[in-house]
Amino acid sequence: MTLFLIRRLQQSIVVLLVMSFVVFAGVFAIGNPIDSLISPEATEQEREKAISQLGLDQPLYAQYFVFLKNVSRGELGTSFVHNRPAIKLILERLPATLELTVAALVFAIIVGIPLGLLAGLNTESLIGRGILSSSILFFSLPTFWVGLMMILLFSINLGWLPTTGRGETVEIWGIHASFLTLDGLRHLAMPAVNLGLYPLALIIRLTASGTQETIPLEYMKLAKAKGLRRRRIIFIHLLKNIMIPIVTVIGLQFSVILAFAVVTESIFAWPGMGRLIIDSINLLDRPVIVAYLLVTVVVFLIVNILVDILYSILDPRVRLGGM
Amino acid sequence: MTIYSDTILEVKDLQTHFFLREGVVKAVDGVSFRVGKGEILGIVGESGSGKSVTGFSIMGLVNKPGKVVGGHIKFRGDDLAYMSEEQLRMLRGNRMSIIFQDANVSLNPVLRIDTQMIETVLAHKDVSKDEARKISINGLKMVGIPAPDERINSYPHEFSGGMRQRLSIAMALLNEPDLIIADEPTTALDVTIQAQILYETQKLCRDRGTSLIWITHDLTVIAGLVDQVCVMYAGQIVESGPVDDVLDDPQHPYTIGLIGSIPSANTRSKKLYQIPGMAPSLLSLPEGCTFRERCQFASETCKSVPPKIILSDRRAVRCFYPKGENAAENSATISPHEEDVQ
Ligand SMILES: Nc1ncnc2c1ncn2[C@@H]1O[C@H](COP(=O)(O)OP(=O)(O)O)[C@@H](O)[C@H]1O
Ligand SMILES: [Mg+2]
Repeated sequence: MTLFLIRRLQQSIVVLLVMSFVVFAGVFAIGNPIDSLISPEATEQEREKAISQLGLDQPLYAQYFVFLKNVSRGELGTSFVHNRPAIKLILERLPATLELTVAALVFAIIVGIPLGLLAGLNTESLIGRGILSSSILFFSLPTFWVGLMMILLFSINLGWLPTTGRGETVEIWGIHASFLTLDGLRHLAMPAVNLGLYPLALIIRLTASGTQETIPLEYMKLAKAKGLRRRRIIFIHLLKNIMIPIVTVIGLQFSVILAFAVVTESIFAWPGMGRLIIDSINLLDRPVIVAYLLVTVVVFLIVNILVDILYSILDPRVRLGGM
Repeated sequence: MTIYSDTILEVKDLQTHFFLREGVVKAVDGVSFRVGKGEILGIVGESGSGKSVTGFSIMGLVNKPGKVVGGHIKFRGDDLAYMSEEQLRMLRGNRMSIIFQDANVSLNPVLRIDTQMIETVLAHKDVSKDEARKISINGLKMVGIPAPDERINSYPHEFSGGMRQRLSIAMALLNEPDLIIADEPTTALDVTIQAQILYETQKLCRDRGTSLIWITHDLTVIAGLVDQVCVMYAGQIVESGPVDDVLDDPQHPYTIGLIGSIPSANTRSKKLYQIPGMAPSLLSLPEGCTFRERCQFASETCKSVPPKIILSDRRAVRCFYPKGENAAENSATISPHEEDVQ
């Protein structure tokens, strides 16, 4: 276990280094930020001064090494726009985005697994087929459109749920969380469901197909032959086996959903990283973009390690040391 | 021969069909037999002859697109067709249990052995978890698993193939059932372990008076170890009787062929006899006798359904020309095995 963690940490650092370069080079390629930073009326001299102040006159590799040195000190540069440390800007908003992402996944899991089971166990029936076809619908409907429709229905027509913000938050370990207050939950519900529809559809389909594939297997037959109750056969023998692919896919999807959150956050004015990153891209605020991408990569790496650990718990044939 | 008075299982005219897009597969087509208390019945036949489906039908394990469509299965006097699902559940794994062919796939890979054994006890007995664990450890000891109180905490993949099969035998024995169906439980193992496991299982059953149905495609394995034998071909029992009688004096050309293909000391110099042709597809069986296309004695007569000839109390054959006698033209070519008998 310890060996596994050390090895994964080493791998993660390599990935992070590679990513940092890719990100840096990519951002470098998207254009000169100076145009959006100084007023068009500025003199050539003022312009030159600003460029050298920001270090933009240095060659790419030199800028990258300065950047790396700063990164190792935990500094990802100062936002051109906000004039504050970029990493601070991101980390302030990260909890809100993470909360939204996790809430979306929890919703998808809690609703998706039972529905998937129901569909997988009753493929012939109307319920089963209904669940599977509606999951195709969730796949194909655009997130932003569904979000707008939800606002139209639940906020404007019915007046049940608020449309913007996080609502009341509670501070735990210095981080604000919405899900611990009723008002926060009311604010969280719609964006989480909106963002959760895609993973929901994925989990339903995965659970249903896993169920269908597992049911005819010999060990399921033996479980029945041993006289076990149906409940036990399904929730222990079946579910424990299909959890393995489900956990893998959820882990892989985490970063996708984290990225998707940008759209949902814009619709529901959720104060996460999404708005910030869209604005930063528009203004070519490089430090913020870089900080966002690197933080996302770190989150992704952490989630991957967690998934591997979970995986080894679920599947005894997987040995962590050997990876 | 022992006389067995109490009947544990009586199967009468069992029909289990699979309803496929291509047509109806009559995997089991009118099978009848009885198993007495403490008796060991062997079911022999080529792969695909419907042996497993017969076992699954008794256990109520036939899944779609299969269905038991006819006949009766009487277990300890009760017709299983009239039992509720819950009553059947209480029988399965408790009064009757099954050992599958391949323990590599029949044990749940993600659950520890203790979980899989204890749940089997708790599903039927009102005992504490500790008590159930004791029973399970005891069960492992009985089938010869070393250090059972430690090994019970392992996962299936941590055992060797032979040990895994012992695990599933231990599971089948856990609740001391009246009947065990062993569906080719040693086929996946190497020959020495096969014989050993077969011997031990049968000893355990004899000691407890447990009835046993031993399914195999290999006649050699059961010689001397079962009481009664049923020979299955294409979903039907073509010959049945006490094992010694069937082996010494086979009646059905198919049985004669099966025995002829056993390599034994006195066939050393001779060519090994092989039944010609392949097992037919159950979707396009020939009319009348299903074996006739591979039978050297077959004639026009065989295009109608052959009679079941009762030879004695426990001995029957389904054929127009038992032992090939009276077969019109082909009687010259007698099975090479005929000379070996006596
Ligand atoms: N799940 C199934 N679906 C369709 N046909 C089946 C199924 N299981 C068994 N059969 C049919 O039943 C026949 C007998 O199968 P089985 O009892 O497993 O043979 P064996 O004697 O080798 O145990 C097979 O040849 C096959 O045609
Ligand atoms: Mg079989």
